[in-house]
Amino acid sequence: MAISRDGGVTGLLDRIGRAAVTGIGEVGYAATLLGEGVMWLVVGHARRQPVRIHQVFQQAMEIGVLAVPIVTVLAMTIGVMLAIQGIHTLRTFGAESRVTLGIALSVTREFAPLITGILVAGRSGSALAARIGTMRITQEIDALRVIGIAPVRFLVTPALLAMLVMVPVLTFWADCVALLGGGLFVSIDLGMSLGAYFDQVLDAIALDDVLHGLGKSAIFAVLIALIGVVNGASVTGGAEGVGRATTRAVVQAISAIVITDMIFVFLLTR
Amino acid sequence: MSQATSQILPDADETAAGAGGPVIEVSHLNTHYGDRHVLKDLNLGIQPGEIMVIMGGSGSGKSTLLNHLLGLLHPTSGTVRILGRDISKLSQVELTKLRCKMGVAFQGGALFSSMTVGENIMLPLREHTKLDEQTMRIMARMKMEVVNLAGFEDLMPAELSGGMVKRAAFARAIIMDPKILFCDEPSAGLDPVVASAIDQLILNLRDAFGMTIVVVTHELESAFTIADRICVLDQGEIRIVGTPEEVRASEDARVQDLLNRRPEGQEQDPDAYLQRLTGGIH
Repeated sequence: MAISRDGGVTGLLDRIGRAAVTGIGEVGYAATLLGEGVMWLVVGHARRQPVRIHQVFQQAMEIGVLAVPIVTVLAMTIGVMLAIQGIHTLRTFGAESRVTLGIALSVTREFAPLITGILVAGRSGSALAARIGTMRITQEIDALRVIGIAPVRFLVTPALLAMLVMVPVLTFWADCVALLGGGLFVSIDLGMSLGAYFDQVLDAIALDDVLHGLGKSAIFAVLIALIGVVNGASVTGGAEGVGRATTRAVVQAISAIVITDMIFVFLLTR
Repeated sequence: MSQATSQILPDADETAAGAGGPVIEVSHLNTHYGDRHVLKDLNLGIQPGEIMVIMGGSGSGKSTLLNHLLGLLHPTSGTVRILGRDISKLSQVELTKLRCKMGVAFQGGALFSSMTVGENIMLPLREHTKLDEQTMRIMARMKMEVVNLAGFEDLMPAELSGGMVKRAAFARAIIMDPKILFCDEPSAGLDPVVASAIDQLILNLRDAFGMTIVVVTHELESAFTIADRICVLDQGEIRIVGTPEEVRASEDARVQDLLNRRPEGQEQDPDAYLQRLTGGIH
């Protein structure tokens, strides 16, 4: 190990190699969790270990319903911000009235799923990592196993399912609120009625644009849940370890969301 | 055989185990953590209805052995048979079925912090039976009476004292009327009075329900109070298995060190010591 601890190129390569191996291992673990989570959903009843619907609702409340106020505030702000920036930029060309097109497309395809994903990652992804990490160090995961309860079925599948439903729902809500926010500013600044604004919005976007955003948000949901669980399950070292895992889960989830978004945009605009 | 009948009748192997054979049988168990040989060729049999205390210092391998008995670890080699079944060869479904016959009281209680004490205790019933809510509540209250915790079912685990957490963990462990009860450091961190009450509780559980009880502890007083037999582990090896009297009379130096709380004597090689301190710089 003396080689790995030196400060030279070999040490750097060693650290990069180890990080790469750990990363690949975590991706593999996440894939296994996803597979096992779906398996419990399908065969849980047959194995007398059904996924409890009340646990899914409980998670859905925490991930979705309780996040509505903050999603509303942020989406409204994003909508207003886009309207301000759009009008300011388009005024240079005397094309302020075209701002609705920019708001409609950027909100439904980009900003609503992105801001919702980042918010859920910070709020619920971190909570999931902290919860599982704490359960791990207090032997609650072991307790589940010895009681005869599969931890993935009990902890992961409900969170995954709730995330998969609630993140697109929140995204749709963010779509509506951000468009309304943009509309309010446009109506004040340009004197356009809200009715006329929404007519233009509906002309500008197709169902495909909304589905594009919702599809992305479903992928973000899976990423947030899996990254939260993988980091929670790798906790060692007590409370400090839980803190580290939580921070790591948020950073990784937000990074994964932004990178996935870029790949999505690239592939769908070819 | 119908599905209902197969749930009621014990397995063939289990019947054999119940007919005088050991309930738990560890044969040539070896475990490695990386290069470290943690358990070294362990052989141990635990009889029905007995309280076996597994004792040893820190790092002796007793927690690892417990994890093997619970099926949480797979051995490098050797077998662990619980109620006649080789635990490492069971499918997930078979393992779940077997675990319904085992109860575990973890060192820190391992109560689920998001549930009330009552919900914690009812959880195994909720997951493995089709009992109605009212019956489950009654059963939970009965077990809480047994562990002297009646009336606390609506509290959250964070609101309980250390001794109450342990008792709640016992109530959850026995809610399914298990044949085997495992206790990890049941009296660790408790004051002497509460620790003594926990010891009495373990004896009562054995006497009232005829359970086979395996206790992992390093508390000498507790071990000698409750044990029918004691297994002393040291550095991954069994030094002795016997009654408390036999263990006390043992001539094994390591056993006597443990009983008399003497630290292990280490011959220091001065050069190796200096090397360790300086990290080889000098």
